[in-house]
Amino acid sequence: MTRLFTSNLSHLILFVGISIMIIPVWMIFASSTHTSSFINTHGLQFFLGDSFQENYLRVLLYKGGFFKEITALKMFLNSFIMATGVALLSVVTSLMAAYALVYYRTKYATFLFWLIFITILVPLELRIFPTYSVMAKLNLVNSYFGLIVPISASAIATLFFRQFYRTVPDELLESAKLDGASTWRFFIDFLVPLSRTMIVAMFIFMFVFGYNQYLWPLLVTSSEQYWTVVMGLKMMSGSIVHRFAFVIMSMVPPILIIIILQKHFIKGVFQDK
Amino acid sequence: MSFLDLKNVTKIYPNGTKAVHETSLSVEEGEFMVFVGPSGCGKSTLLRMVAGLEDITEGEITLDGNLINEVDPSERDIAMVFQNYALYPHMNVYNNLAYGLKNRGIDKKDIEQKVNEAAKLLQISEYLERKPSMLSGGQRQRVAMGRAIVRNPKIFLFDEPLSNLDAKLRIQMRLEIKKLQQKVGVTSIFVTHDQTEAMTLADKLAVINNGVIEQLATPIEIYNNPKSLFVAGFIGSPQMNFIEGELKNNTLSAEGFEIKNVKSDFNGDITLGIRPEHLSQSDNGLINLNVDLVEQLGSDNLVYGQLKDKKDFCYRCPGNLTIKKGDKLSLNIDNENYFIFDKSSGKRVN
Repeated sequence: MTRLFTSNLSHLILFVGISIMIIPVWMIFASSTHTSSFINTHGLQFFLGDSFQENYLRVLLYKGGFFKEITALKMFLNSFIMATGVALLSVVTSLMAAYALVYYRTKYATFLFWLIFITILVPLELRIFPTYSVMAKLNLVNSYFGLIVPISASAIATLFFRQFYRTVPDELLESAKLDGASTWRFFIDFLVPLSRTMIVAMFIFMFVFGYNQYLWPLLVTSSEQYWTVVMGLKMMSGSIVHRFAFVIMSMVPPILIIIILQKHFIKGVFQDK
Repeated sequence: MSFLDLKNVTKIYPNGTKAVHETSLSVEEGEFMVFVGPSGCGKSTLLRMVAGLEDITEGEITLDGNLINEVDPSERDIAMVFQNYALYPHMNVYNNLAYGLKNRGIDKKDIEQKVNEAAKLLQISEYLERKPSMLSGGQRQRVAMGRAIVRNPKIFLFDEPLSNLDAKLRIQMRLEIKKLQQKVGVTSIFVTHDQTEAMTLADKLAVINNGVIEQLATPIEIYNNPKSLFVAGFIGSPQMNFIEGELKNNTLSAEGFEIKNVKSDFNGDITLGIRPEHLSQSDNGLINLNVDLVEQLGSDNLVYGQLKDKKDFCYRCPGNLTIKKGDKLSLNIDNENYFIFDKSSGKRVN
């Protein structure tokens, strides 16, 4: 009886929590499917209207910005390129950095690791001026390269991979050596597949991180062609329903990435135990 | 020159520990060599130096006529079975076996044929599609051996491969390893701390203690003729009984008894060693034993008790004799089957 009660109670608490998070989002979504005049007169709506297609298509294809050059579709493309680039690059670099730190007889490997780790204390916002000046000197302002590279070195991912590699038994390396595996082959044939779960997790994490960037893209792009979704959120003008529609759409890519990759993530967890 | 030669091989770790002292030994082609010794005696280090997983501080190792000191492990053509098998967890059994062949750039068809042959030999054909995590301990062991066999290496190294198995499986795998080695005929080195494993598997046995080979001979020679106190105590189960005593003018005197006409010119303090199975009951025996405990193994009884000076002593007798706790036995040594060691140096003196 008490068990039933506590389990029901905990479900109730969870339900309340979920509601608090979901309802505002739902109301924005529901409101975004009405006409703007209806919202202006009746306020936020809880139920769906019938202007979904009209509103969303207009937002996606409307040429906005000061020079009317950028569409929301292009912003999504930019954000996708940036987030994927950041995720890929940071996963690859931190995988390799961790490999070097753990498996190579590097002098002061621990010291070097902590040096990398300390960079967490110096986020991009703190070093934004020198980083920008480097990018400007290299003529990388207004390029995808400039958007992606400066935020693609992840100390946290390096930490995760390093800790994981340290749990891989030495016998595996020795056995692979005797089987004729080179240093590179050991990395590709063993460490990468073994850390697949973690790679997926880090990819999701870094994708969302890259997608959510605001200050850096704002600074390093002057051309509207490189605007990202998060920048667009601020720049958006127009009627309230269109802004709502844009907000809702801006939430889709990270959720989609999590849903798509979650399968691999869970599969990995269950197979590698 | 033999197939594998170790010449004054020494290992000193960076922290100054000398794990292996100047060790020389040779293994003939097709021979099954076993390194046995207590944990930390350097036997695994010696094996790993042959494999190339440890640097050689001093000395030379030659395999099949080539000096391999500086040869990379992947180039040595050596296969090793590890204590925890070190199977590749993310590959199925087939790929576990095939990986070494792939790295050698062997044709896909040949790989398939070789893997299937090895799998058949080891009776793991049904499991080829499975991941190691879905196999039992014994099956994993077979896969580990399959991975070694499939490459047809110059030499097999086994690093305590049976210690993770339960007792029954261990005996079974022990037999299978021996059979397999005889069938395949590959030169093998096997490291173990289990003296039964060592005795049953070895063509030649190296008893290692503190980084030094104490004795190198056939198992039966080591059993019959141990050269030192350590070897005598290490080989044989139950352990050999040791009694302190003194040897003077060919007469050995110990607590409560004397042996005359000992064939040894040594004078001084000695340790007398008698194997539990080299004793029999007689009316006027040398040794008087107060029985504390009897272990009935069926075929044999192991009788544990104390001598006059409270020293523990073991006597092995046929299982049909009934001996109870509290009995007083009078025992004689069979056919002068005893060993005398210099007490200070541990060297055999008779």
